[in-house]
Amino acid sequence: MVKIAHWIPVFPFLAFWLNMMVGRRLGKGAGYIAVAASALSAVVSFLVFQGLFAGGTSYSLGTWITINGNPITVGIIVDSLTVMMLLVVSVVGTLIQIYSIGYMAEDPRFSRFFAYISLFMACMLGVVLADNLLLLFIFWEGVGLCSCLLVAFWYEKPAAAAAGLKAFITTRVGDTGFLIGILILLASGHSLRFADLGGLPGHDFLMTVAALLIFMGAVGKSAQFPLHVWLPDAMEGPTAVSALIHAATMVAAGVYLVARSYVLFLDHPLALQTVAVIGAISAVMAASIACKMNDIKRVLAYSTMSQLGLMMLGLGVGGYTAGTFHLMTHAFFKALLFLGAGSVIHAVHTQDIREMGGLLNKMKVTGITFIVGSLALAGIMPFAGFWSKDEIFLAISHQGNPVFFFAAALTSFLTAFYMARLIFMTFFGAYRGKHHAHESPAVMTSPLVVLAVFAAGLGFIGSPLCNGVFQHFIEKGDEVVALNYSMVIFSTVLSFSGIALAYAITIRGFALPPAVLSNISWLTRLVENKYYFDELYDFLFVQPFLRLCGAFKRFDALRVDGFVNGVAAFVGALAQVIRKAQTGLVENYLLMQAGGMLLILLTIMGKICRLF
Amino acid sequence: MPSILTLIIFLPLVGALAIAFIPSGREKAIRLTAFAFNAAVLALAGIIVGRFDRSVPGIQFLEHHLWIPQAGIHYTVGIDGISLGLVFLTALLGVIAGLASNGIKTRVKEYFLFYQILMTGMLGTFLALDLVVFYIFWETVLIPMFFLIGIWGGPRREYAAWKFFFYTLAGSVVMLLAILAIFIFIKPHTFNMIALKQLAPQLTGNIQNILFLMFFFAFAIKIPVFPFHTWLPDAHVEAPTPVSVLLAGVLLKMGTYGLLRVCVPYFPLAMQTFAWSLGFLGVINLIYGACAAFAQTDFKKMIAYSSVSHMGFVLLGVAAMNSAGLNGSLLEMFNHGIITGAMFLLVGVIYDRAHTRELSAFGGLSTSMPRYAFFLTFMALASLGLPGLSGFVGEFLSIVGVFSTLPALAVFSAIGLIAVVALFLIVIKKVLWGRAKEGVIWPDMTGIEIAAVLPLVVITLAVGFYPEVILKFQKTAIDILVNFI
Repeated sequence: MVKIAHWIPVFPFLAFWLNMMVGRRLGKGAGYIAVAASALSAVVSFLVFQGLFAGGTSYSLGTWITINGNPITVGIIVDSLTVMMLLVVSVVGTLIQIYSIGYMAEDPRFSRFFAYISLFMACMLGVVLADNLLLLFIFWEGVGLCSCLLVAFWYEKPAAAAAGLKAFITTRVGDTGFLIGILILLASGHSLRFADLGGLPGHDFLMTVAALLIFMGAVGKSAQFPLHVWLPDAMEGPTAVSALIHAATMVAAGVYLVARSYVLFLDHPLALQTVAVIGAISAVMAASIACKMNDIKRVLAYSTMSQLGLMMLGLGVGGYTAGTFHLMTHAFFKALLFLGAGSVIHAVHTQDIREMGGLLNKMKVTGITFIVGSLALAGIMPFAGFWSKDEIFLAISHQGNPVFFFAAALTSFLTAFYMARLIFMTFFGAYRGKHHAHESPAVMTSPLVVLAVFAAGLGFIGSPLCNGVFQHFIEKGDEVVALNYSMVIFSTVLSFSGIALAYAITIRGFALPPAVLSNISWLTRLVENKYYFDELYDFLFVQPFLRLCGAFKRFDALRVDGFVNGVAAFVGALAQVIRKAQTGLVENYLLMQAGGMLLILLTIMGKICRLF
Repeated sequence: MPSILTLIIFLPLVGALAIAFIPSGREKAIRLTAFAFNAAVLALAGIIVGRFDRSVPGIQFLEHHLWIPQAGIHYTVGIDGISLGLVFLTALLGVIAGLASNGIKTRVKEYFLFYQILMTGMLGTFLALDLVVFYIFWETVLIPMFFLIGIWGGPRREYAAWKFFFYTLAGSVVMLLAILAIFIFIKPHTFNMIALKQLAPQLTGNIQNILFLMFFFAFAIKIPVFPFHTWLPDAHVEAPTPVSVLLAGVLLKMGTYGLLRVCVPYFPLAMQTFAWSLGFLGVINLIYGACAAFAQTDFKKMIAYSSVSHMGFVLLGVAAMNSAGLNGSLLEMFNHGIITGAMFLLVGVIYDRAHTRELSAFGGLSTSMPRYAFFLTFMALASLGLPGLSGFVGEFLSIVGVFSTLPALAVFSAIGLIAVVALFLIVIKKVLWGRAKEGVIWPDMTGIEIAAVLPLVVITLAVGFYPEVILKFQKTAIDILVNFI
């Protein structure tokens, strides 16, 4: 087995530097370079995938740094989870970059866009290949940076610049936990390699804390409650970025991290339970917000958060293959949905679905592929999302906690509802916009078609119909999958009722009686305002921080420096007083001399007197 | 035949002598002479690094002469893993700040005279191994710096120069007393810094504690440690760009170098006693510096306060008193010199065009100055400790080190890092993002400006990518230091 896996991130990394340095002179070439690099990564990923069956294993490239005698290696993981992620990232990434050549064609910073995207690809592939927590953390911060730079890509817009900062700082809060988790493991003398995370000796509580802190990093990256606030704002970035980073790959890195260090969580049930709880809360909360959003990208953003929550929930209840399976299918159909949304925005020059409608006739390819993606997301048989979501349902029912099951079912219902609402308002009914809508060019629609094929068919590899090929691959056949008919019927009914409700409301104009509406107005307000998290965090963290900074600045100028200058002023003033003695008049000096001598004489006389 | 170390110390002084003979009207000749000598110093530093034997523990290139027999003072110089990186840093920044001195248009001859003397002082401080010689070089730095700020500085240059002078002098006086005290207390009497390592255990109990505090006071002013830091923002804001580069890049390191060279080996017990306080001050520096920086409206003052913040990591690493902490601390010194040196260069680039440093005057520079945007973003990311760039490695090692001895402080510093991240992101946002101000079109960086920053970018990238390039030089020396503890 040839050791080639570490070359996978190298191609995009070179493309990044090339585009940074000479990209502006290359015109469209900048995009081709990025796509070619990404495609090369995909090819090598396929070779590694093949190599895995020929007995390919993880390997090390050497020691990066030694910390208190604990060597940290640059190790490359080659196993089924990593190879799956490599394929997802490189294939989806390549398709999205092809699309971007069309989508970003008019942008004056075309080459810079592809430079950042290439850097992102390199870091993301690095995250997936890293065999220890520190190495992963390095690339992890790298993808965070690229996310920030790309969200703020149109930095002239204040909202975009602010969103870039928010994305970086919020995820950094999670990463602080991640970092401390790594510190705990390091200080306890443990290896940071994922392969060694099982059965860690040491205080059980301390290791639980470490696991929870590492999970905190995942919460930030995957935009889970309570660190989710950055993801909706991140939609300020170009839509291709939202598809690649904020739907398919980077946000899924949190789920990957939990899956990658799964043994650590299995060993510490409290940590695993927390993963499930956070996932469940995020899934339901985000799905409910998505129902009230009118911005096509924000609906998808909350949907992403919700689906990531579902993955976390799946992992948290012990469904390792279920979580990773959903991670894979979601990457394809969510990328498809975002790219479709980009195509729509490209055509109608607005993101507000209230100004769309009837677009299916004008944009056939976009419309049909978008619907395919939505069906996959809503979990309609036999589209990809159905099989993976079903797996999660099964895992939850296997674990047996009814609250989790209810959360998953509610999420599923809401998902079908908001996606159907989105479809009806965008592609059906009458066109409400002003702009002349048109289909996007082939460079943008062909990736949609390819992704739609995946969104429709990818689920089969994990379905009982194919004997669970995926499950055997990822878990080496530990989990038995059988088609559970009652579950299939249950989830299908659930999804269709969501669609039916959306149809009734958006197309048929069905509305609840005003009396009911006024009773639940607090709920709609709560949901419309995204549960007031932005306001809460502003009040709790941002404003106090700004006040603290201002206070420190004033304290520094007035108190600390004031004291220093005060000392100087005191010495100066003292000198002013003493200086008065220096009159320059000989008489004064003689007088003082005489006075001094008198004093000395008196003292001596006093001593002599005391002798007697 | 003088050793290579004597050569590198006094070569700048020879340069000063040469400049003194050039008529002050021939500015170009003066600049070229200064550049030639600084380049020669850098070449010598390169040779020293090349000939440095990493496997040898202890001092190399030792040179030892009796200087003032009556007082037992020797001219002793030598180099080890602790000073090697700093000497190279000084030589490199000497060339780079020299290039950035092109903006100095008045009294060029005097400027370079002081500049060259400053170089000798800085190099001598890092290479001296006799306490008196160390003290002399330490003070040598003070005087040219005073004039460089006081003559070529901004509107409040005299205030800033005097403040710097008195503050450092107050520290130096206390240090001189401490040096004399060491001489008196230790038998046989010696100023030799190598011999003192073996003899220092004679200092016990409160004597050790007091001497430690005296040295620490001198170093704390130089580093600077809260609450002795207020000279720094003033000095930086007033100092011309190249002087700021040397001030932040090299002068601050004299203080932290002193901690590693004097405090740790001579007063290990006092270090243990005060480790928590030292670390606590480190955390204060880190968080207070970052927050105070965040509230500034002057670009340069912001970077100056961020230095206070970064020096917190150096303190934390020293307070850890273990291999990871001390390695991280020493590496952070080097990295901070490179990164903040570059930051001040970049502040200077924009000041030369805008003639203001108010952040509100900038914005949208990414569009009009893409090269500048790249370098500033790069260095801001290095400053905020982005993994993959050099800043991260030093900070991470420091935090790891301190986590195993003082975990609570490590947790606070990790949280404090969020403020550092916010600080440098806001720099990027305010300077580079947003819309350009009406009618503001500044030319992008020139070739010379890029040439000055580029080496620093390369080093930042190299150290971040593979930290062993620096760590391998300092490891042996740190191991010896750890053995003292």
